[in-house]
Amino acid sequence: MKRVKRRYLAVQLESENLPTEREFIDAVWATVTKLYGEVGASLTGLALIDFNVESKVAVIRVSLAALDMVRASLASITHIVGGEAAVHVLAVSGTLKALYSNAK
Amino acid sequence: MTRVFADLHLRVNPKDQQAAQQLIDKSAKFGYRLISIPFTSGMRQDELANLKSICTKVGVDFVSRADFHPRTENDLTYFLRKFRRQFEIISISCDDKEVARQAAKDRRVDLLNFFSLDYHKRFFDRAEAELASCSLAALEVDIKPLLILEGPPRVRLLMSLRREVALAREFKVPIVISSGIAEERLMRSPRDMASLGYLLGLDEASTLDAVSTNPAAIVANNREKLSSRFVAPGISVVKEGKVL
Repeated sequence: MKRVKRRYLAVQLESENLPTEREFIDAVWATVTKLYGEVGASLTGLALIDFNVESKVAVIRVSLAALDMVRASLASITHIVGGEAAVHVLAVSGTLKALYSNAK
Repeated sequence: MTRVFADLHLRVNPKDQQAAQQLIDKSAKFGYRLISIPFTSGMRQDELANLKSICTKVGVDFVSRADFHPRTENDLTYFLRKFRRQFEIISISCDDKEVARQAAKDRRVDLLNFFSLDYHKRFFDRAEAELASCSLAALEVDIKPLLILEGPPRVRLLMSLRREVALAREFKVPIVISSGIAEERLMRSPRDMASLGYLLGLDEASTLDAVSTNPAAIVANNREKLSSRFVAPGISVVKEGKVL
């Protein structure tokens, strides 16, 4: 089976309230599903790797083929748990090591 | 080569200085180098000068822009005659077919904006695209409605935008993606704004061009035309000789 290529995204959450890890990734899933439907969302391979509550920076993993879909979905987030929010992509990388060094 | 990112449609209320300052600061932080705030009839020259100075302080190039929503073709030609030499960008908001056609034909128009969510009032069809391709007009797409709408209205808007963008590409009409926002919370970084272009059927290079190369080219072209040294396209005064 062919190896699935992945990308890691460091994203900055800008929100009125402070969502939990679960609420954040659920909001991302909800947006991807709203834009691309359940089949489309299932192709993204979305996973939350890290979520720093203090700095509101999260690291998410997606499949390379669905990177554009996820970026568009992240940009279209306007609400998380009832409060106004925006998600900005800080860096994209093929490895976590490079992502952390880029984000610094 | 580093891209120069532009947002040519920030709808700031110039009377609310604090909001304007915040929005301009945020655009600078996100990496925009060119921003434009439409001049409205109620805007005073000192407010415009103030916006320019805020932009200069944060290292952003301010582009003067006038938006017009003409009711008739005569309205449009009167407006262009009066304001073309005063602004670097002229955008025409079209919700009338005759006006849209005239705007697409006129070489003094820079941007064609179809703001209506009703697809019956969006006139960027094959004829419009063909006319625009012969003149210098570009198609402006605001991302704000994509962010604030949900459900069927957003689906309908996406459907219209995808069709318009496909036509623009077929007829080689430049596409400019702008924010069209007035609130700070809706502001997106240039690359995030470009990623929304993916929803319109654009590839990565075209969508990045729509937030950088295309708007920057329009501004550069118009600045050259508005300069005192400009004579005709490709001809400018390099040095003035002595009168014998």
